Amino acid sequence: MAEILVLAEHDGEAVKKVTLELVTLARRFGEPAVVWTGPGAEAAQARLAEFGAAKVYVAAGPEYDDYVVAPKTELLAELAAQKSPAAVLVANTAEGREVGGRLAVKTGWGILTDVVGLADDMTAEQVIFGGAINVTSKVRAGTPIIAVRPNAISPETAHGDAAIEPVSITVSDGAKQAKITDRVVQQRGARPELTEASIVVSGGRGVGSADNMALIEKLADSLGAAVGASRAVTDAGWYPHQFQVGQTGKTVSPQLYVAVGISGAIQHRAGMQTSKTIMVVNKDPEAPIFELADFGVVGDLFKVVPQLVEEIEKRSG
Amino acid sequence: MNIVVCVKQVPDTWSERTLRESDSTLDRDAADAVINELDEFAIEEGLRQAEAHGGEVTIVSMGPERATESIRKALSMGADKAVHLVDDALAGSDVLATSAALAAVLSQIGFDLIILGSESTDARTGVVPAMLAERLGVPQLSYASKVEIDGKSITINRLADYGYDTVEATLPAVVSVVEKINEPRYPSFKGIMAAKKKPVQTLTVADIGIDAGQVGLANAASEVLSFAKRPPRQAGTIVADEGDGGSKAAEFLAGRKFI
Repeated sequence: MAEILVLAEHDGEAVKKVTLELVTLARRFGEPAVVWTGPGAEAAQARLAEFGAAKVYVAAGPEYDDYVVAPKTELLAELAAQKSPAAVLVANTAEGREVGGRLAVKTGWGILTDVVGLADDMTAEQVIFGGAINVTSKVRAGTPIIAVRPNAISPETAHGDAAIEPVSITVSDGAKQAKITDRVVQQRGARPELTEASIVVSGGRGVGSADNMALIEKLADSLGAAVGASRAVTDAGWYPHQFQVGQTGKTVSPQLYVAVGISGAIQHRAGMQTSKTIMVVNKDPEAPIFELADFGVVGDLFKVVPQLVEEIEKRSG
Repeated sequence: MNIVVCVKQVPDTWSERTLRESDSTLDRDAADAVINELDEFAIEEGLRQAEAHGGEVTIVSMGPERATESIRKALSMGADKAVHLVDDALAGSDVLATSAALAAVLSQIGFDLIILGSESTDARTGVVPAMLAERLGVPQLSYASKVEIDGKSITINRLADYGYDTVEATLPAVVSVVEKINEPRYPSFKGIMAAKKKPVQTLTVADIGIDAGQVGLANAASEVLSFAKRPPRQAGTIVADEGDGGSKAAEFLAGRKFI
């Protein structure tokens, strides 16, 4: 059975959920072979096995963390040449799709981005124009390179060996031109990552200030959710830019999306429209976000949200 | 410094965007056309770097005749000149062909710094900056929220989920920007008048040494098989808060097993 190469995303210890989603997807098309760069493969091995990874190619060198994207691409290109996989799967994250794009240039193979599902013949489903149109598409040149949207596939367990195979390539000097000299972590609390979270609570202009974003964080924490923000909030500097949900920010697809004080301009909807369940709190009954709501409360968020948090804590306490 | 900013004309997010029934490519006539929003930040950054370090800003755009409007807007913001790659053979090109064509233009005109928006609002693939870096063999400095240049060395903050990375490289390089980087200027009246006289060179695929048989819809490495409008979401339950809005919301969440 042909291998399906899956580029792992991890933080040096734990594998990210999206990689388990990719392994789950890969099982339908061949033998999932995870490509792991940098440290942490041994620690993650059991988890990868639990989701059916057959192999884990490990390239442990420091260059994969020290330089932007290009060394990972060279590794993946080398493995793709050696193993003749039936497909290469990457996460549709900033880095995943960049590796995929550069691999496409190296190989001439076609790439599809932001894929939310794959049929048995590898026809891909995509959702475009901010959730307005469903598209099916297919790679017709070479081996498909598919960038899959996090949270689009449900990870399912299945036993695999996740046998570790060390690999080593010589990364060219050309791939070492963009050197990462510092990594600045601006994490806000121990919350799940925005694109991976099964629940996202986002605040918008109605929240009113940076301080008031604490209310959004409180609601998020009561639900074990990630925090998101509309562009109005990140533009105003009330919350860091990387939490922006929308056309020029992150696209999220959680089980539950809670929009608080967000009017729902098309730019925002483009980033959250495919969420499974949507709940809205907004004082303006005419806000377009209500068109998407499975449940909406028209009211003052400073009254509704604290009561909601209290109720959630009561019920889960 | 020779700064080149790549600009894409896209359908306005505010108008209804769709694909064409005939060939499943973007229906450019159905919507108003504007500069891709993130590209305005790229233009602004190009102008600021040229103001700080000296040099010229050249706009490069690949697109149909109509893209001239967006090119003129970029020039009215203050860019010096433009190159418009326009050829029917390019219609329907995928990211591989697009990046190959842009790379050929960039190689031909030369550059110290290439700046782009980090993704377009229509296709949203976000891969073209990385593909250009790969094709041109220059450092990839993407998702920049800050750019600093000192002589030949360039440092950016590369936005990441956890915060950002500081990335250093030597020019020439490709930079893609996020909207946090600056506040794009509006064209002044003087700028608009001046833009009308600024040189816009048009190029065809033959001019840049690309075989028409390698680009365009018929030669794309991927194809759209079908498309359909997404059904609207079913109308939900909307309640007015009468002092119990939070409780009702909690009930809804409990009913759906979220709590």
